[in-house]
Amino acid sequence: MFPYVPATDSDKRYMLDKLGLDDIEDLFKDIPDNIRLKTGLKLDQPKAELEVMSSLKELADQNLDASKAAVFLGAGAYDHYIPSVVKHLVSRSEFYTAYTPYQPEISQGTLQAIFEYQSMICALTGMDVSNASLYDGASALAEAALMAADATGRNKVLVSATVNPESLRVLKTYLNTKGIELMIIPMHDGVTDTEVLKDKAGSDTAAILIQSPNFLGYIEDLSEAEKAAHEHKALFVISVDPISLGILRTPAEWNADIAVGEGQSLGSPMSFGGPGLGFMACKSALVRRMPGRIIGQTRDINGKRGFVSTLQTREQHIRRDKATSNICSNQALNALAACIYLSTVGREGIKEIALQCWHKAHYAASAMTRTGRFSLAFDQPFFMEFPITSDLDPDVIQSSLLKNGIIGGLSLEKYYPELKNTILYCVTEKRTRLEIDTLCSVLEGLK
Amino acid sequence: MSYDRLIIECSKKGRRAYSLPRLDVPETALPDSLLRAEDAALPEVSEVDVVRHFTNLSQKNYAVDIGMYPLGSCTMKYNPKLNEDAASLPGFSDIHPLQPESTVQGALKLMHEMERMLCEITGMSAFSLQPAAGAQGEAVGLMIIKAYHLHKGDEKRNRIIVPDTAHGTNPASASMVGFKVTQVKSNEDGEIDLDDLKAALGEDVAGLMLTNPNTLGLFERNIELIAKLVHDCGGLLYYDGANANAIIGKARPGDMGFDVMHLNLHKTFSTPHGGGGPGSGPVGVVEKLKNFLPVPVVSKSNDKYYLDWDRPLSIGKVKAHYGNFGVVVRAYAYILSMGAEGLQKVSETAVLNANYMMHALKDLYELPYDRTCMHEFVLSRLKDNPENITTKQIAKRLLDYGLHPPTTYFPLIVREALMIEPTESESIESLDRYIDALISIAHEAVEAPELLKEAPHDTPVRLLDEMSAARTPVLKWND
Repeated sequence: MFPYVPATDSDKRYMLDKLGLDDIEDLFKDIPDNIRLKTGLKLDQPKAELEVMSSLKELADQNLDASKAAVFLGAGAYDHYIPSVVKHLVSRSEFYTAYTPYQPEISQGTLQAIFEYQSMICALTGMDVSNASLYDGASALAEAALMAADATGRNKVLVSATVNPESLRVLKTYLNTKGIELMIIPMHDGVTDTEVLKDKAGSDTAAILIQSPNFLGYIEDLSEAEKAAHEHKALFVISVDPISLGILRTPAEWNADIAVGEGQSLGSPMSFGGPGLGFMACKSALVRRMPGRIIGQTRDINGKRGFVSTLQTREQHIRRDKATSNICSNQALNALAACIYLSTVGREGIKEIALQCWHKAHYAASAMTRTGRFSLAFDQPFFMEFPITSDLDPDVIQSSLLKNGIIGGLSLEKYYPELKNTILYCVTEKRTRLEIDTLCSVLEGLK
Repeated sequence: MSYDRLIIECSKKGRRAYSLPRLDVPETALPDSLLRAEDAALPEVSEVDVVRHFTNLSQKNYAVDIGMYPLGSCTMKYNPKLNEDAASLPGFSDIHPLQPESTVQGALKLMHEMERMLCEITGMSAFSLQPAAGAQGEAVGLMIIKAYHLHKGDEKRNRIIVPDTAHGTNPASASMVGFKVTQVKSNEDGEIDLDDLKAALGEDVAGLMLTNPNTLGLFERNIELIAKLVHDCGGLLYYDGANANAIIGKARPGDMGFDVMHLNLHKTFSTPHGGGGPGSGPVGVVEKLKNFLPVPVVSKSNDKYYLDWDRPLSIGKVKAHYGNFGVVVRAYAYILSMGAEGLQKVSETAVLNANYMMHALKDLYELPYDRTCMHEFVLSRLKDNPENITTKQIAKRLLDYGLHPPTTYFPLIVREALMIEPTESESIESLDRYIDALISIAHEAVEAPELLKEAPHDTPVRLLDEMSAARTPVLKWND
């Protein structure tokens, strides 16, 4: 007997008798004999709970996790604090063992939570409408590009080289397969080269895609990019860090048409890069071109408030090959986590968290650069990440930090060959002054 | 009166549900030019408010942990608790995707082992765990098909064939990848019409997407011939793994002639659906397509696991990092728990349960394809139906019985379809209760049809006005 399969031998015998069959094999007679698996799968014997858990613990123990080390690594996945309530509430199995809310009358919990999530994404970004989630920030950026190409009927997308390289790779894959041209606008002094951008933008541009804070942590001045986009009737797409929006100017204030981003920071653990949360919000005029689910408020026949999936004629289960996207399963549980997280930290908390990230990152940057051996790669305003250059090999720095219980930043040369010996550090609100000081003293001690 | 508040309606200035350590570094001034003009209008509530609010919301959901959830093609099986514990181990949940490889050997090993086990289960040569869900797996599979043809210098293949029973994601994925879609009919047995398929094939066909068993719950008995026809014309065969729960341990897509496929770990491999995600849609391929898989690929050399980015033929990346790793951990734990023997019991019991239900219901409900089904079956209208009761009304009446309805109005080729997939998780008592409810509803349809027409009666909200929701959208709380 297997704990997850309740049927006993006598149950099966009874059911087969009802069907007038001798053997369970009779049910598989439609599978032609020469493609039947005769030998059985070459997998291990079934394991008991205790054995499974010890196998998994053994694997987990081979990883250095954030409970055992101070993480100064960001670059798209972030070690923020997750309040206890988030995990407790997301772990309610009424939420996590439910399916996509196809029957709204018995899915009001999920539907209302997503509606509240949409409301809070709009509050953060300042945009008019949000969808119910996409896979991650990278695919959200790619979906925004496809949406812009569709909305403008144009076939060329301009993207800044300061966008997260993971997102850039995903964008390339999505656009390449669809035959949409992608032009990368170079970086200048750590931010998007707006002169090149203005030069390249034209009447064939579907969208301009920029990230701020950008991959290097720098806060971009988006006014020129916005002008370039709208002058040519292209869509302006901004990828943002939702935590930064506790204090920083919003995509709506930059007059973005579409705002996207990675929402893992909002209550989901890093989990080796997934599951995270892609969010997308846009101006009202674009809502019918949005990919994915959207939840709307309505009334039941007694006039009581309720929530349903709406504007579904955009979606694959209705429109098939004419749908705005193929997405079906999304990241609903991570959107729920974001909803609970944002409810928990609230109006004051999101500011305080963003401010602590700002202050701690700036303290760290100034402490690291104090002696002059380490310096900021560029002189630009940054939020909680910043690139530090020195004459030391990043691998040597990383291994020394690891010995001191610190997971250091990301070496940037792989992504930007011109940035030799440059490391991108991230300082979230979780880092303490002691951890920052330890990091600095290890760096100073290196020969 | 059931709970009816939005979290923003619980908000009161001065309340808070969070606490942060006191700032322990000196402050750095912020230039005004960088700042947002107004605070984000998030709620201000206490921790008690948050907990009560979301607990109340959770109680308005139906879920697998409450009862049977026989959504066809969704495989709503039980989600083992052990898997949740495994994924929550800090060694899995609190690791950063860009940490040095030497510090994540356990995670890389798990992925490597998982790929190997999925290859064994499906008969494929290599897997990528990167796709975040089934639909993204489909898109990746189709990108691989496209890349393969282009690599061979064959630029004319711009068409994908899907049967009329296909999931909506199939044509949507094909279109997203830049293919044209040709639909082929099903025959009177509910399988692909071979003549129609032959007519559709040609030198511009990149491939055929097939779910097997198909969405009628029927095994495509001509699969070997179908594979030969597609391969003979130079196309590739794509397996949509949404219905793999019917065949694990019994037959493998690789042995049927499929070249590329995806699995839904959130269906066949027991990871929770989460109210609509996160899922995981690993893609498997035969040997000749290996080099086209997304980067990076987990490899092993000298007992060390590493991420191999040097794959010049790769289609690239479709998702940041390595997929929904947390979901993969759960599915990995499931496969360890079940082993070869258990997985075979899964498909056998799932198929037995479906046939038992089909047999018990076909006297009262139309059964358009009356033959042995696999893990699911599709009913049509009530046989005795003087009041023209619709499938929607039957579904809504099931809610009054405290049960989740089947998938409705799909597949599109069955009128008023009710698509039932009980899974192996349901006991005979649970199946009987569901059967009894559907029998009782069939009688009500004749004797007390208003009960169906006004259903549901006992749910947290009653029938919702979806028309006005779409006509005048209210998509956030201050709309």
